[in-house]
Amino acid sequence: MGTGNFETTIGLEVHVEMQTNSKLLSPSPVHYGDEPNENTNVIDFGYPGVLPVANKGALEYGMRVALALNATVSPFIRWDRKNYFYPDNPKAYQTTQSQTPIGTNGYLDVTLDDGTVKRVRIKEMHVEEDAGKNTHGSDGYSYVDLNRQGTPLIEIVSEPDIASPEEAYAYLEQLRQAVLFTGVSEAKMQEGQMRADVNISIRPYGSDTYGTKVEMKNINSFNYVRNALIFEEKRQAEVLRAGGEIRQETRRYDEPTKSTILMRVKEGADDYRYFPEPDLSPVVIDQTWIDEVAASLPKSAGERRDHYVNDLGIEPYDAEVLTQTLAMANFYDDTIAAGADAKRAANYLIGDVNAYMNKHQVELQDTELTPEHLAGMVKLIEDGTISTKQAKQVFEAIMTGEEPEAFAKAHGLVQLSDPDVLLAWITEVLDNNPQSIEDFKGGKDRATGYLIGQLMKMSKGQANPGVLNKLLLAELNKR
Amino acid sequence: MTFNYFEHDLASLHEQLVNKEITATELTEATLDNIAATDEQLQAFISTNPDEALAQAKLIDEKGNFDNVLTGIPVGLKDNLATKGIQTTGASHILEGFKPIYNATVVEKLFNNGAVSVGKTNMDEFAMGGSTETSYYKKTTNAWDHSKVPGGSSGGSASAVAGGQVPFALGSDTGGSIRQPAAFNGIVGMKPTYGRVSRWGLFAMASSLDQIGPFTRTVQDNAAVLSAIAGFDAHDSTASQREVPDFSKKLTGDVKGLKIAVPKEYFGEGIDPKVAQQVKAAIAQLEALGATVDEVSLPHTKYGVAAYYIIMSSEASSNLQRYDGVRYGFRADDVKNLEDLYVKTRSEGFGDEVKRRIMLGTFSLSAGAYDAFFKKAAKIRTLLIEDFNKVFEKYDVIVGPTAPTVAYGLGEEVDDPTAMYLADVLTIPVNLAGLPGLSVNAGFVDGLPVGLQIIGKPFDEQTVYQTGYAYEQASHLFDQQPDIATKY
Repeated sequence: MGTGNFETTIGLEVHVEMQTNSKLLSPSPVHYGDEPNENTNVIDFGYPGVLPVANKGALEYGMRVALALNATVSPFIRWDRKNYFYPDNPKAYQTTQSQTPIGTNGYLDVTLDDGTVKRVRIKEMHVEEDAGKNTHGSDGYSYVDLNRQGTPLIEIVSEPDIASPEEAYAYLEQLRQAVLFTGVSEAKMQEGQMRADVNISIRPYGSDTYGTKVEMKNINSFNYVRNALIFEEKRQAEVLRAGGEIRQETRRYDEPTKSTILMRVKEGADDYRYFPEPDLSPVVIDQTWIDEVAASLPKSAGERRDHYVNDLGIEPYDAEVLTQTLAMANFYDDTIAAGADAKRAANYLIGDVNAYMNKHQVELQDTELTPEHLAGMVKLIEDGTISTKQAKQVFEAIMTGEEPEAFAKAHGLVQLSDPDVLLAWITEVLDNNPQSIEDFKGGKDRATGYLIGQLMKMSKGQANPGVLNKLLLAELNKR
Repeated sequence: MTFNYFEHDLASLHEQLVNKEITATELTEATLDNIAATDEQLQAFISTNPDEALAQAKLIDEKGNFDNVLTGIPVGLKDNLATKGIQTTGASHILEGFKPIYNATVVEKLFNNGAVSVGKTNMDEFAMGGSTETSYYKKTTNAWDHSKVPGGSSGGSASAVAGGQVPFALGSDTGGSIRQPAAFNGIVGMKPTYGRVSRWGLFAMASSLDQIGPFTRTVQDNAAVLSAIAGFDAHDSTASQREVPDFSKKLTGDVKGLKIAVPKEYFGEGIDPKVAQQVKAAIAQLEALGATVDEVSLPHTKYGVAAYYIIMSSEASSNLQRYDGVRYGFRADDVKNLEDLYVKTRSEGFGDEVKRRIMLGTFSLSAGAYDAFFKKAAKIRTLLIEDFNKVFEKYDVIVGPTAPTVAYGLGEEVDDPTAMYLADVLTIPVNLAGLPGLSVNAGFVDGLPVGLQIIGKPFDEQTVYQTGYAYEQASHLFDQQPDIATKY
């Protein structure tokens, strides 16, 4: 891939917020959308005299991501300080892991649009703290909200293995899914839970040195990343073709114009004066601990898809839909575990449940539906207790937390399959419709349709059509 | 009505409180009167908090429960220890008027024990200095001679105790800031093992070196206070989980068979011969009490000051970045933009010594200098630790002078940072190695006190105190009082 005579090199640094209960270095809660500075304490404010205490859970979440991305977990973690001044960074240093990343030498196998698989190497992963947020009010003041400050992040740094904007897009999508299935984050883009720093350079084919990198930071949409890279690829090629030179710049993606805008030209590297964080003790990670975390790691999307397709007979496309989110995949697994037919359960989740979520704009975990109730309903359908038509009412009910069997009974939604009751009706209908018997004997199929219609009317629609049909045919043949 | 603390140790005060010969309120009032009577000369306190102190004392009297040796006892706190609702400045302009919304763990522990904080003592700005002269607020004087410095950085705490204003005080020690002012004022000062006392609420200078410790007039008092403030704290990852014994209960004065090492480097160039002579006499006294004394070598001592000033300033440069005018403390006026806010706030808010160390530390951590400075200093630190380890394989304690000289004149050295830094040569290695170090009075040179420093193995404060107690009981130097004692 590339543009004209140039080949493109892209590196991505992705930050994902990890949804631990408390922050990386303080007991304040990690929670999005609260009033500014509600989730803060003296530590988050960088008060004089405060000290950090590292959140073990955040370190374990970092280990999960490292393991999911096939990385080596570092046996020894020392925290480092990255020093810089900014109002959203109250201590004026970020606690990170520059010398001893939680994971190194990982990779992600990315399936590209043409079906080929590309291995993108991951250089390293760091557990570090997120910054707060600055906003600029129309009143002329700037405001600092430190709710997000100290939220644990996992930073995932790729090697420059990505060769096109499309590959970058595929990598980000599949990286998001990989992280999602570690259970450490919902990686909601709109809430800024996953952001990408992108760098891109181009060079003539055959050149053995990379071109000068241009950086774009904190893009929280994969589409924007793709658009920004497409623009940059072209812009850089045009500059080089015109005999110009690419400067080391930080640029910003502008969505309305789908272009990138120069923010600043970098002169040499920033000096963050990294040094070991003296307020935190180093952490030793032994194999036992790694094994424990590995055992707690949820199965990946890929593993689940293979299982659904190969063992449960699910169509590959449906398996894809079921593994869009960890919540959906877990829900499906739990529904199967509760005894539901795999295909019917899959159809409900992909069809009715998804439609419900879209209509009400809710996440699966925010509905009242439980795997047990969905499995219960599927079983009622499978054993003929309710018809698929009746199931529509039951479905509405289980979405509001009702128990399916109890609901079906209470609302007379149980199919009549009792041969004694059905036979009595059949006898009555046949006795009253001798002409239909004649028609049947004369080979008119329509006749059974008419009789079934009469019988359904008598049963107020509750007769089990399959059973009814069988019994009716048997009786007709007897006459 | 003042109270003469020169005639009472903590045990005696406690007895009077238990026997209702005096109330906590009376003692607090008297202490405030002491400060009123002598702080014009001593200038030991940046602020006092009579309302809070008297309210606290009243509560204690109402409860009437004097189970604990510190209940109802007034204390002075170095102004870099966070006190909830009470101004804590670190002696810096940048924190003028700053009232923390939480208590330091040591403050909380003292309060739980019933101690009554009467005020915040003067210090070098952010504990950077050896004479308390870099304070933005005032210049504290030596309790024995008001034309001399009290030492530093905890000069206010040392002067307040030595001058009889309070029975005890807390300080902090990063490179000698408890022991040196204790030596200059002829009292007892302990820098505990790193990790023995929680640093939560101590305004950090150098996180890997800072420790909080007590100033008292006697070793027994000092041991009692340390036991009260030490121990694990979930707020401080570097605080040790080790049990804290009541150090004061095991002091016997018996040092028979104690193996004392005396490093020859501690009597080398730059040590005032009269100070050396006084300290040697003290060591001879310990020998006479039955200890064995051998000369040893701590060969890397001479690199200690250089390594210390790099590590300390590096950590400090990072720790002090939070004083940016954004969230609390002083903020400069008339700023044009964010960078201007930072530059002006910090330029106007910090004093020269703080700026000097921030620049030194910032440089030492910068990309081009890190390996040659910070990393090399960290290596020297390891060598110094190995020096100590080797000696402690064979010996129980290391003794020598606390400071190379007695207290010098106010204004004499404050403009010569290098001379000031070199004066820390004997105390710095103890911080770099994280060891406990005690200074006790070893007599006088030209009317000014000399400090005997006793250094112990990690977490062996008990043996350090035992050694100090033996010497103190034999010498009875604490009977000598500065002239200011007549004011009470």
